[in-house]
Amino acid sequence: MCASGKYNSRGPALIPRMKIKHRIYYITLFSVVLLGLVATGMFQFWPHSIESTADWTLDKRSIHDAPLIRLPVSSPIPERGDLSCRMHTCFDVYRCGYNPKNRIKVYIYPLQRFADELGVPISSTGLSREYNDLLSAISDSDFYTDDVTRACLFIPSIDVLNQNSLRIRETAQALAMLPRWDKGMNHLLFNMLPGGPPDYNTALDVPRDRALLAGGGFSTWTYRQGYDISIPVYSPLSADVELPERQPGPRRYFILSSQTAIHREYRAELERLKEENGEALLLLDKCSNLSQGAASARKRCYKGQVYDYPQILQESSFCVVLRGARLGQATLSDVLQAGCVPVILADSYILPFSEVLDWKRASVVIPEEKLSEMYTILKSIPHRQVEEMQRQARWFWDAYFSSMKAVGLTTLQIINDRIYPYAARTYEQWNNPPVVKWSSVNSPLFLPLIPPRAPGFTAVVLTYDRVESLFRVITEISKVPSLAKLLVVTPRKKFKCPECTAIDGLSLDQTHMVERSECINKFASVFGTMPLKVVEHRADPVLYKDDFPEKLKSFPNIGSL
Amino acid sequence: MQAKKRYLILLSAGASLILLFCFGGIQVPLSRRGPGRRDDHSLTGYHPGARWRHISPRQKRDSNSGLFTGRRCRMESCFNFSLCERNGFKVYVYPQQKGEKLSESYQNILSSIEGSRFHTPDPAKACLFVLSLDTLDRDQLSPQYVHNLKAKIQSLPLWNEGRNHIIFNLYSGTWPDYTEDLGFDIGFAMLAKASISTENFRPNFDVSVPLFSKDHPRTGGERGFLKHNTIPPYRKYMLVFKGKRYLTGIGSDTRNALYHVHNSEDVVLLTTCKHGKDWQKHKDVRCDKDNIEYDKYDYREMLYNSTFCLVPRGRRLGSFRFLEALQAACVPVMLSNGWELPFSEIINWNTAAVIGDERLLLQIPSTVRSIHQDKILSLRQQTQFLWEAYFNSLEKIVLTTLEIIQDRVLLHASRSSLMWNSLPGGLFTLPQYSTNLGDFPFYYAKLGTKPYPKFTAIIHMVTPLVSQSQPVMKLLVAVAKSQYCAQVIVLWNSDKPLPAKHRWPVTSAPISVIEGESKVINSRFLPYNTIPTDAVLSLDEDTVLSTTEVDFAFTVWQSFPDRIVGYPARSHFWDSNKERWGYTSKWTNDYSMVLTGAAIYHKYYHYLYTTYLPASLRTMVDQMSNCEDILMNFLVSSVTKLPPVKVTQKKQYKETMMGQSSRASRWADPDHFAQRQTCMNKFANWFGTMPLIHSQMRMDPVLFKDQVSILRKKYRDIERL
Repeated sequence: MCASGKYNSRGPALIPRMKIKHRIYYITLFSVVLLGLVATGMFQFWPHSIESTADWTLDKRSIHDAPLIRLPVSSPIPERGDLSCRMHTCFDVYRCGYNPKNRIKVYIYPLQRFADELGVPISSTGLSREYNDLLSAISDSDFYTDDVTRACLFIPSIDVLNQNSLRIRETAQALAMLPRWDKGMNHLLFNMLPGGPPDYNTALDVPRDRALLAGGGFSTWTYRQGYDISIPVYSPLSADVELPERQPGPRRYFILSSQTAIHREYRAELERLKEENGEALLLLDKCSNLSQGAASARKRCYKGQVYDYPQILQESSFCVVLRGARLGQATLSDVLQAGCVPVILADSYILPFSEVLDWKRASVVIPEEKLSEMYTILKSIPHRQVEEMQRQARWFWDAYFSSMKAVGLTTLQIINDRIYPYAARTYEQWNNPPVVKWSSVNSPLFLPLIPPRAPGFTAVVLTYDRVESLFRVITEISKVPSLAKLLVVTPRKKFKCPECTAIDGLSLDQTHMVERSECINKFASVFGTMPLKVVEHRADPVLYKDDFPEKLKSFPNIGSL
Repeated sequence: MQAKKRYLILLSAGASLILLFCFGGIQVPLSRRGPGRRDDHSLTGYHPGARWRHISPRQKRDSNSGLFTGRRCRMESCFNFSLCERNGFKVYVYPQQKGEKLSESYQNILSSIEGSRFHTPDPAKACLFVLSLDTLDRDQLSPQYVHNLKAKIQSLPLWNEGRNHIIFNLYSGTWPDYTEDLGFDIGFAMLAKASISTENFRPNFDVSVPLFSKDHPRTGGERGFLKHNTIPPYRKYMLVFKGKRYLTGIGSDTRNALYHVHNSEDVVLLTTCKHGKDWQKHKDVRCDKDNIEYDKYDYREMLYNSTFCLVPRGRRLGSFRFLEALQAACVPVMLSNGWELPFSEIINWNTAAVIGDERLLLQIPSTVRSIHQDKILSLRQQTQFLWEAYFNSLEKIVLTTLEIIQDRVLLHASRSSLMWNSLPGGLFTLPQYSTNLGDFPFYYAKLGTKPYPKFTAIIHMVTPLVSQSQPVMKLLVAVAKSQYCAQVIVLWNSDKPLPAKHRWPVTSAPISVIEGESKVINSRFLPYNTIPTDAVLSLDEDTVLSTTEVDFAFTVWQSFPDRIVGYPARSHFWDSNKERWGYTSKWTNDYSMVLTGAAIYHKYYHYLYTTYLPASLRTMVDQMSNCEDILMNFLVSSVTKLPPVKVTQKKQYKETMMGQSSRASRWADPDHFAQRQTCMNKFANWFGTMPLIHSQMRMDPVLFKDQVSILRKKYRDIERL
């Protein structure tokens, strides 16, 4: 309203002195301006009026629009988080209910800004782009519900991805103020960068009662198996850099180390390895001549030679992912994206999504103590396996690391699998890349059973209008001792080739053969592949047509037709 | 006026702009540009900030071991890996002390370890230690309870606060609270414990083992009860349970509530209060009615005729029902919140059981009814696989426990989840051979790959090379001529010196000669590094084969890469007069062995033969210079649970044909035949069961002896005599 005073004081004084023509002109102009003001005012204030009741929706992305909540100093702080929490003790399964789709419903709190009594916000960054992407992805997914009463899982809109930007106590207070908090029951927090200097705890330090934690960088001592979810540390390069998938195969370098914040003891050890094995190792560090910033994140140097990062990762078979101050490293994501096999040296680290992903097929885990033996260990891995791992690594990135959406939805799927274990995704679904899914054969009858003779078999005879040949078949087959039942199926159609004899069957009919060829092509295109296999062998009885007394053979009549 | 007008327009425009800013109207369209707007607060902007300069990582590792002990023990903090480095994964069992009583179960555990390839009698070489004090039953009210265990353990000189020790336990705690405390300080030792709860379970440190009964067999073990699949897979009952009900106290809630779900039609859940001395005193209103219903049904009948079997917790979390259901191919429905399921570290139980929640008991019937037929079929088969792979004998339970720990110790040479959870299971899939799934004969279909399309022939020679017309020369030429032959290896096990190079025939596939060091018969099955292919064609020097036959056998093997595919077939039978297994080489309508004198099989079996089988059996074979082929058949059939594959051949394989060779004299020797009978029984004894399976099928080329022109037949030479 600050400018309206100006408008009132000048406007009326000027208008009477003007010509009518001009007056109309100005009146039109001002009314347009006024209309614009009213419209913008509406635009600005209208959404506010519904915000208090609205849920978190896509339109509400701007943190600046979110209502500000001031936290009283005395506001309650949740408990630190119980290490003994498990799904059956700290998770209220009744909220998830039984539903035919076997899918959990996830509610996202509306955006709010929190500040202490002095008005200092609880977070120095507010809502990060990453967390925003994550929430958007979830709200677009099948898991999302805007009905808080039907929800099984609650996700706060308070961004705790990076502990460094948080005021711990106030963030905890803000969590406790959430209307459905209820001791953190069924609440899910996402954190990728836990802990702070100097010790860097391996889990988020914010007290959080019974809330589930999806954390990047858990150690075996902070990870509550079957309760928490270990997630990757998202790398911003995933979105910025497009690395085309390379065919698995040999690479220029054998081992590459690209991390810049490696402890000097480990760097010394890596340099020793480099001395011993020379060209096979590429040991990169940050470029000293480049200034800090976005550009330096995309370059690596070795003895003055500059390399593009992460592109250079594609030139190596194995890429080292050493622990830093934290166990979880964003480098892991870059390495996987490049289809380089990660060599993970981070003792006690819980690998991302280890509850469902079989990391043994995509990575090599070596104890930190064995860093000096890394070269020998990696050399012992067969080439074929390295190629498998390269493919597997890239697939893991594509499916589970490539975006905040992938990270978020994978996390929810894992929780979903725990709540509806009988409808959980299978090992193959989680771990087989599409190319394997297409080409692999998983027989529904996979157990090697040799069924007993006793139940016998059921004969199913397809017949047309040829009664004579049907009776002949029935007479013959009913002599078989193992026959338990005989089913005759009669379609209403006439036999296509009445002149064909029993032996020739339909094989003499050329159009019939053409039709069948077309069928084969049609089926193959529907299956997406040709599932039939050609073999050159045939199963016969052991003594088939051997020079041996017929009466001693089990099946002497076979082939006598 | 013009100037005034201009000023006016400027002014009003300015005013309206200011107004717009005041209302924040301009912000709206900007903020609607989407996420890019808040780019400035990117999470990773802070990323490189985390520096780690303060403490040396080595110091940090050392401090862990002081910090994380007791209930927070992990391999990293409580296990000394350096003990396993020099001699690999070796297990030492304490000598039995005089006067110390061991239960039969514990005795069996110890002898299983002592009979395994992990055992070492030298504690200095050991990586893992096993007490010879019975820790299985730590229920103070039990007669098996060992007193003064604490003092006894403390006095052991090798105890070392329990470091690198594993303690087996089935029962802990007692009435009324059944705690999981063992009643003595286990220090840094690992627990292999039944009924362990997730709260007390130390992940990747303890091992959850199944609760097994006193009668659980030591070796061999019963097969699963599933004989054939039925489609649709439904059985008479949908869900059954029959067991005790505890009226009060720990673990009583779930069983007390079962009657809500019982419908006496397809969901039959029966409980009885009739147990313990004074059950009458505590009985509730339902007891009498329950007891009548309980007696109406036979447990075995229910077990075999139900699709699902309820496994609710008892006083302790685990119960015998679990293994019973698993063996009976009755898919277990777990109702035992917080039970760390047996071998949870490696077994994906979702593939073989339904993990229910005690809190959702009333939903259980609708849950199991909602499970699709295909899924039931797969769950049921998986129960059988897991039962036979890890549970059906004490030896398997013990070996699985040890292999799990070995996988942790040899981190980079450990099994993937696929190896543990698919046929033939982790005990037959040794990661020391390779960690690559494609190097094993078991996963080609699963991965959508094929074995390498060539083979390596290994000819075992014991007679010296005297003439160029010797059968082995013909064999060499015929085999090397095969389009699938990558290499021929001659294993020279003769006492005579190696013949000069020029005496070997010139062939397209390279011939290399390996001189056997110890000249023992088992050396033909050594996992030579020089075998470049997946397939091995094993040959005796007196075998007669044509190139066509070799080609054909190899194409058959490509369809059965996990089996022995070859020519000379033999059979076993149960001799009821002598009450022992018999061996026959008669021409019969079936066979259960294909001898390795002319057979193709996967290279992996060489490794398995050399490392998996115990030294005792291999020594026996070496001493007799006999039975190695039988042993290989035992091994492969116990892995695959399938018979070998016989391929048709041109000439009948007659041992007597080769008159002049020493090998032939061996065949003619009646002792030789008698030895083979003995072998059969020795082997069956070690395997604990007879793994051989009969087959009536022979693989012939598709047009074999069909009445069509011979020119149309690809393998026509096989028909020509």
